[in-house]
Amino acid sequence: MSRLENLFKAQSKRVLNVYCTAGYPNLNSTLQIMESLQENGANIIELGMPYSDPLADGEVIQSSSLHALSNGMTLQVLFEQLSEMRKTIHIPVVLMGYMNPILQYGFEAFCARAKEVGVDGLILPDLPLYEFENIYGKTIKDNGLDFIFLVTPETPEQRLRKLDSLSSGFLYAVSSSATTGKDKDFSQVALYLKRLQQMNLKNPILVGFGIKDKQSFDAVNEFTHGAIIGSAYINALSKGDNVGVTTKQFLNGVLGN
Amino acid sequence: MQAFNTQLNYQNPSIEGYYGEFGGAYIPEMLFKNVETLKAEYLKIMQDPTFIAEVDALLKDYVGRPTPLFYAERLSKEIGANIYLKREDLCHTGAHKINNTIGQIVLAKRLGKTKIIAETGAGQHGVATATVCALKGMECVVYMGEKDIERQAPNVARMKMLGATVVPATSGSKTLKDATNEAIRAWINEPNETHYIIGSVVGPHPYPDMVARFQSVISKEMRLQLKEKLGNELPTHVVACVGGGSNAAGAFYHFLNEPTVALVAVEAAGHGVHSGLSAATTQLGTHGILHGSKSIVMQTSDGQVVEPHSISAGLDYPGIGPLHAFLYESKRGTFLSATDEEALASAFHISQIEGIIPALETAHAFSVLPKLGLKPTDVVVVCLSGRGDKDLATYMEHL
Repeated sequence: MSRLENLFKAQSKRVLNVYCTAGYPNLNSTLQIMESLQENGANIIELGMPYSDPLADGEVIQSSSLHALSNGMTLQVLFEQLSEMRKTIHIPVVLMGYMNPILQYGFEAFCARAKEVGVDGLILPDLPLYEFENIYGKTIKDNGLDFIFLVTPETPEQRLRKLDSLSSGFLYAVSSSATTGKDKDFSQVALYLKRLQQMNLKNPILVGFGIKDKQSFDAVNEFTHGAIIGSAYINALSKGDNVGVTTKQFLNGVLGN
Repeated sequence: MQAFNTQLNYQNPSIEGYYGEFGGAYIPEMLFKNVETLKAEYLKIMQDPTFIAEVDALLKDYVGRPTPLFYAERLSKEIGANIYLKREDLCHTGAHKINNTIGQIVLAKRLGKTKIIAETGAGQHGVATATVCALKGMECVVYMGEKDIERQAPNVARMKMLGATVVPATSGSKTLKDATNEAIRAWINEPNETHYIIGSVVGPHPYPDMVARFQSVISKEMRLQLKEKLGNELPTHVVACVGGGSNAAGAFYHFLNEPTVALVAVEAAGHGVHSGLSAATTQLGTHGILHGSKSIVMQTSDGQVVEPHSISAGLDYPGIGPLHAFLYESKRGTFLSATDEEALASAFHISQIEGIIPALETAHAFSVLPKLGLKPTDVVVVCLSGRGDKDLATYMEHL
């Protein structure tokens, strides 16, 4: 059974997935941040692989990506940093990023290396369904990696069911059609999440985009298994001096500890 | 890697938008509905007789089409071949860009959209978009790199005068690539009411095909005009500059399946192809994904898109449309390049022997004519994609 499966078996509510950009704020802060997230109550780590042109991300994450790239982050460097992560990191780790750097690395080599260092799953927002089914999906599954599709309030039901059937680990519900880091009106989001809840999907649902504090985290947990926080945490990291202290304060705030 | 469309059908990508292995729609789910609607509707709308009539009337009475096909006598004598100029510079707003914006604004209206967004490099597409938005009473927001806003001030002023909002793109290289990122992002944030008018044959399917079809009026007219002038509608060569590649796609389109016609695409070599300051994508790029389609992309070995360089903002782009990537790889097209210096020299030379001041982008196309090994019987059409008014500040530095 995969780490993600185990997690959702043991915990069906308030699962917290925190996004951080590999190589941000410092080239070598990746593992330290991951350890700090684990220690302070995150249940899943979503590690962003920085890209020069991240279309689905807002300004905050794009800026952290460009910062990480100028720090010297590459996929080679990242995999070196992660090569011994499973000595200290026991919670699920998913890589989030864009297709272009992965194609340059070699898609098969990338999946194999990800599996080797102990990565559990992939979120690739610009890998389309058609290409997933016809080329890339098999390599991902053959390497035992979970693949997590995004769904939005505009995703038609039939397509949503298909994306659910092809996903494993969890399904990433974008709270609205918006790039990351935008504020959202939760009363509208609630209707959408209720609809998802009633669809009886195969995968647990984590809500991303617009979750930033205890109030927004609590609000979506009424309808889903948990949430993903990205921009708000990157914002906190950009303001704090000490990664450990910042992470502890931030997660205590969100979890209400 | 498996190719999705192995047939050499240059005019019709596969249902998923592939020319060979290039194309597709590598977009986040947030854009799915918009792109899917466009994909389902664009051919239907474009083939509707009332749509065709509306667009044709605007192209004739508002844009000023057909544009002339001019026999450039002095240039022909000098080169030793018959050189014809397709005068897209005489289109309303000064370049071929408006052929596409006219088509897309009428299409956007039919899709029930109320707001238009666009990206622009040199500002020609931005002006062409602001113009049609004014014409049709649509709100218009144009994303433009901060660096391009500085070097293309007259076009920024034009867009504002036409009532558009110009939003600077301040990330990355602050040029066309980043303006395109910002425009796509804005589209993600307001997908329902907004139509995104992409200015070149780039972006996710169906944009490359749709824009090529709207620009194909260029080669449709060329064939008729050549037939009328020479009794033969096929030239030996068609030459056009390529950034993303919209004027080239339009100039090549009705000759794509005519193997006797050589299609010559001219990229911007900047300071020289291997100088580190260049935008010659096919020479420097590798297969990759940029702005939603698989194509040839200038990038590092780690897959980060690099900052290109060209003196002309319109060619300063690290990618190329998927159709052109396919023309390059299948060798149907000949891809050459011209440096900043060669383009400048051509701009002055053409001005002085033909009395036509070309845009810097277009000037690149003229630079390769002496290198084509042309014969006196050859019939060459150069797509004179735009006029040079917007580049006067650059030209004035070299007077």
